[in-house]
Amino acid sequence: MLNVEYMWDLLPVLLSYLPLTLQMASIAMVFALIIACLLAVVRVSKVPVLNGAALLFISFFRGTPLLVQLFLFYYGLPQLINALISINGVTAAVLGLTLHFSAYMAESIRAAIVGIDRSQTEAALSIGMTQSQLMQRIILPQATRVATPTLMNYYIDMIKATSLAFTLGVTEMMGATQKEASGSFLYLEAFLMVALIYWVVVEVLSWGQRRLETHLNKAYQR
Amino acid sequence: MITLESVSKRFGQQPVFTDVDLHLEQGEIIVIIGPSGTGKSTLLRCINFLERPEAGHITVGDLRVDARRASRADILALRRRTAFVFQNYGLFANKTALENISEGMIVVDKLPKAQAYARAREILERIGLADKADAYPASLSGGQQQRVGIGRAMAANADVILFDEPTSSLDPQWVEEVLGLMKQLAAEQQTMIVVTHEMQFARDVADRVVFMDEGQIVEQGPPEALFTNPQDERTRRFLRKILAPTGQALP
Repeated sequence: MLNVEYMWDLLPVLLSYLPLTLQMASIAMVFALIIACLLAVVRVSKVPVLNGAALLFISFFRGTPLLVQLFLFYYGLPQLINALISINGVTAAVLGLTLHFSAYMAESIRAAIVGIDRSQTEAALSIGMTQSQLMQRIILPQATRVATPTLMNYYIDMIKATSLAFTLGVTEMMGATQKEASGSFLYLEAFLMVALIYWVVVEVLSWGQRRLETHLNKAYQR
Repeated sequence: MITLESVSKRFGQQPVFTDVDLHLEQGEIIVIIGPSGTGKSTLLRCINFLERPEAGHITVGDLRVDARRASRADILALRRRTAFVFQNYGLFANKTALENISEGMIVVDKLPKAQAYARAREILERIGLADKADAYPASLSGGQQQRVGIGRAMAANADVILFDEPTSSLDPQWVEEVLGLMKQLAAEQQTMIVVTHEMQFARDVADRVVFMDEGQIVEQGPPEALFTNPQDERTRRFLRKILAPTGQALP
């Protein structure tokens, strides 16, 4: 039978690692958003050379597994660049998550930008706005609204993906579970507990996501 | 005053129009009519470089731009001297009616926000939408949206307002209020070029009607002369076709 008492005891232990999990995901999310916006703008405005580079970047990070990318950053790159020898697992994981998810997010942001009615672009240009004013004041605010649900989904994915950091020796929530389980041999209880924690976190975020969407859509209601 | 000198435009290999000349005095109202697909809208869009003409000179006020070597700064300067009203309104969906009108004054003319809002409120008053200041475009009727579109053009303080089929997307019940507003602007001597299929409007409001066909200005003149006694056969054929169902006198 399930050792429920053990699970209860494990809960605070695992929860103490939750901040690290959320921290990694949030830092990666912020940087991924910035990179994704830049990639998307480069793609939409077809900046020469950069556009090709962006395409290659997106293709690579979408075309290879996250785990492979993490191993490349943590075990592979230091071989090439000496300064990276001291890279720690958390940094490598955040770097990997950032680049991996920025590639996906760039495509959703690009789609959101392209989806905005062309006449608004023309209207903005016709009153004398520059390309960057058009982007900042008209296009990106609307694209943000369109892309938000998808971006929130990526954030949720990212939180779950931080569990891969344990393969780089990081003791985050998953790594901690692994350690606890191999000490107690209660694998089912331990992994069930950590699954429940991830689940609850994701549910709370989904609730926030729905509230955010309602708020963002206010202006567009008839 | 606005002048186009031998302006040409083509899409790929296909010429839209070649060597078009057009001149307007300040306060003049020109209506361009003609069959669909003859380059009327493209001509209008070339004036502010929404479409880039291949050749010719465009003069608005004291600014003369050579289409062949127009720089980004030239194009920006040209756009700041002109305003455009779109068939599909082109309102900024993330901004209220007030913000749609004040946006250009704040971002382009760098007016202080309070001053821009005050002017935008005056304009809302003039276009009869004072009570809709805080409404977003999605909650406005087609006619109201187009009036905001015109309000935004008014706010630009431009030398000329270019109207590209401003009533063509409207449900019939909203056409009058938009045309009414345009007449009001015309009465205030606002220089404007209007591409439209509203023949009655052309007749009532235009100082000069320009008939375009197949990428050429075929004929132009005061509305009564052009509508009752067109000189070119193509003009006559077009007017007969378009006026017959309206019950107006045929040339």
